[in-house]
Amino acid sequence: MSDDTFEPKIVGFMCNWCSYRAADLAGSARIKYPPNVRIIRLMCSGRIDPAFVLKALSLGADGVMLAGCHPGECHYVDQNYKAMRRYYMLKHTLKSLGIEPERVQLVWASAAEGQHLAEAIEKLVADVKKLGPLRWPSNWKDNEDRLEALESIVKEHEEALEVES
Amino acid sequence: MAERIGIYVCHCGSNIAGTVDVEEVARWAGKNIDDVIVAKDYKFMCSSLGQAMIEEDIKKEGLTRVVVAACSPHLHEKTFRRACENAGLNPYLFQMTNLREHVSWVCNDKVKGTAKAKAMVAASAERVKYQQPLTPMYVDVNPATLVVGGGIAGLQAALELADAGYKVYLVEREPSVGGHMAQFDKTFPTLDCSACILTPKMSEAGQHENITLLTYSELEEVSGSVGNFKVKIRKKARYVDYDKCTGCGICSEKCPRKIVDEGFEAGLGTRKAIYTPFPQAVPRVPVIDTENCTYFTRGKCQVCSKVCPTEAIDYEQKDEMVEIEVGNIILATGWKLFDCKKIPQYGYGRLANVFTNMEFERLCNAAGPTNGKIVMRDGKTEPKSIAIIHCVGSRDVNFNEGCSAVCCMAALKLGHLILEKTKAEVYSFYIDMRTNQKMYEEFYQRLLHEGMHFVRGKVAEVTDAARNPNEQGKLIVQCEDTLLGKQRRIPVDMVVLMGAIEPQADAKELGLKCGISCSMAGWYTERHPKLDPVATMTDGVFVAGTCQGAKDIPASVAQGAAAAARVQGMITKGKVMIEPIVATINEEACSGCRICNNLCPYNAIEYLEDKGVSRVITALCKGCGTCVAACPAGVISASHFNNQQVFAEIEGALWDAIAECREPETV
Repeated sequence: MSDDTFEPKIVGFMCNWCSYRAADLAGSARIKYPPNVRIIRLMCSGRIDPAFVLKALSLGADGVMLAGCHPGECHYVDQNYKAMRRYYMLKHTLKSLGIEPERVQLVWASAAEGQHLAEAIEKLVADVKKLGPLRWPSNWKDNEDRLEALESIVKEHEEALEVES
Repeated sequence: MAERIGIYVCHCGSNIAGTVDVEEVARWAGKNIDDVIVAKDYKFMCSSLGQAMIEEDIKKEGLTRVVVAACSPHLHEKTFRRACENAGLNPYLFQMTNLREHVSWVCNDKVKGTAKAKAMVAASAERVKYQQPLTPMYVDVNPATLVVGGGIAGLQAALELADAGYKVYLVEREPSVGGHMAQFDKTFPTLDCSACILTPKMSEAGQHENITLLTYSELEEVSGSVGNFKVKIRKKARYVDYDKCTGCGICSEKCPRKIVDEGFEAGLGTRKAIYTPFPQAVPRVPVIDTENCTYFTRGKCQVCSKVCPTEAIDYEQKDEMVEIEVGNIILATGWKLFDCKKIPQYGYGRLANVFTNMEFERLCNAAGPTNGKIVMRDGKTEPKSIAIIHCVGSRDVNFNEGCSAVCCMAALKLGHLILEKTKAEVYSFYIDMRTNQKMYEEFYQRLLHEGMHFVRGKVAEVTDAARNPNEQGKLIVQCEDTLLGKQRRIPVDMVVLMGAIEPQADAKELGLKCGISCSMAGWYTERHPKLDPVATMTDGVFVAGTCQGAKDIPASVAQGAAAAARVQGMITKGKVMIEPIVATINEEACSGCRICNNLCPYNAIEYLEDKGVSRVITALCKGCGTCVAACPAGVISASHFNNQQVFAEIEGALWDAIAECREPETV
């Protein structure tokens, strides 16, 4: 499945206070890690809606990284615990959709742990490389039933958006 | 109407341009991203010329959205928001892409780096289209300030603020302010008497009309945010009435219970069960140590109560919770000494005449347990030779990787005091001599002339196992002298271990209460290590002194004053901006399921019984967005981070993946 030239596309959701700053620190310290993770900043890992992850995978991401402050160190008291709960539920869902749960990884990194975050990114990229491309969008075409089921998830959220704006 | 987006890609000299083809990124963005009107690259976007370029384009090209791809938003988001605002564009219609910290500095491959940069710029460009103009909120700043820690840094900060006319609450855990500096005899390199320069500041703080001293008290809980913190402080029971006590000291004098003072006297001296830590203590009101007090342990005695002329002893006193409101908080909680027993080969705790530096400070101190006489553990014998071992627990990967910054100078100071007070030979075992502040190197030179012996090398062990008659009854310091290139065994009478300066054991816990984090080593993290050393990531919380990192007295004082200056700035400004990032519930679409209610740690979501819907109390919301992600109906929106914006950002970030899977269709 995997070949040497495969460069996974990964989306990383990071909280403003710890993990995003850990990524900043990794930069300031010139720690090198694979350039596969495109980082999206959120205020808190508690903001990570499982739909974000599904959206990313459904658009063609091969993996997703979720990162927050360490348990007990959340800038918003304990919202990262809620992120953690959602993460485990999401893993369950992914499994039932036939997606390897290793493609989505949750990492705790404090603002001082640039090295730790870089290592976690390295690991995620290596894991996803081993699994090969996800090809969710093109797999849809091969499996119409599933396509419907998945599109309905996305649609549901888009409907929700309409109300919002 | 389509938005008109301007994209600006920064070279940051060669910082970004070195690993990212910035010109290509700008060119690509201009061609491939919808609604992009202007796409430019520039050497330094944060320069005034770079900012002027944005401002001009907003006016000339009628840009409605701006993306700057440069460094971390934590550095320059404010800069560019201001530029947008200057040109009449709402600052929240601007988005920053972090190409430096998150791409160029962490990547070696220019092709891959450029690809990642494109994806991140696309993510910002897609997101910025959905951003909405927001108006920041302003709140009044309470002019009162809380200073936690009554050491020299905290005292300095408190006095600066109080002298400027502002109210200060100074909280100290110990019965007296003063901190570690009160324990020292002399201070390097000038050899001023520590108490002589410290005690005036202590008593000034004690008497200042603007300072409320809360000694023997601990911070329990902090709520609220910058400008308006609510703080709960536990005033531990002293068992002495603060108002009645005159500080005469008769109670301590007559108290029959004597115990080893592990605190102030570092285990070398004694104190009574009712005590003030040292004679110049501020306040002079003693406390009863209930663990050792005969009355509290056995129910009999009450001598203190009998002798007290003002009937100030109150055995029934309870801990008291004090609630205060302040606008800013300064943490100056200091340090603790490394536990030298963790290095068993140095023999502390096993070999009687191995001392820690804090013990030795007390030994040298004229007000200390030996009245300043340097004697061995037996209390009478004057040592003929003393070894001072540097870097005990510091510069050591097993304990603290960092340098404790002050021990070289402290060791030289102790060396000087020994040479001045005794006839002993003094050996200093150092790895590197670090004397890099004003007059420090000169002090080192002075000690070289005074005859202190310097041995360069890390000590392997301190032992009492003699190999020859010379070593009999001595402590032998085994070390490789790296200047001579050979092993040496130097017999001495006494060994002083320069223990590392470590973060307080509960630094992390206290930091969490105030919403700030610690570095890997345990020091409080400042907002910027060079350019913003006393502010923290949490607005309204500042740090000063050794809680931010090991440092000497002048640096601690400077930081205390700096933190006070920052707080004064906040107070004089009077108002502080709060980011308008909050959640709002669309009440019309809310089903009233109340799932969000319990998720909020700030109780910012109320349930309106009459309407059967939930509502966010904006003033309490901090904008984490957890409720937004949890709402099953998707009717909670997080300003600046709403679903539309994040979904668009994801789409942009995966532009290439989307293109790839569309390709087969078009072919």
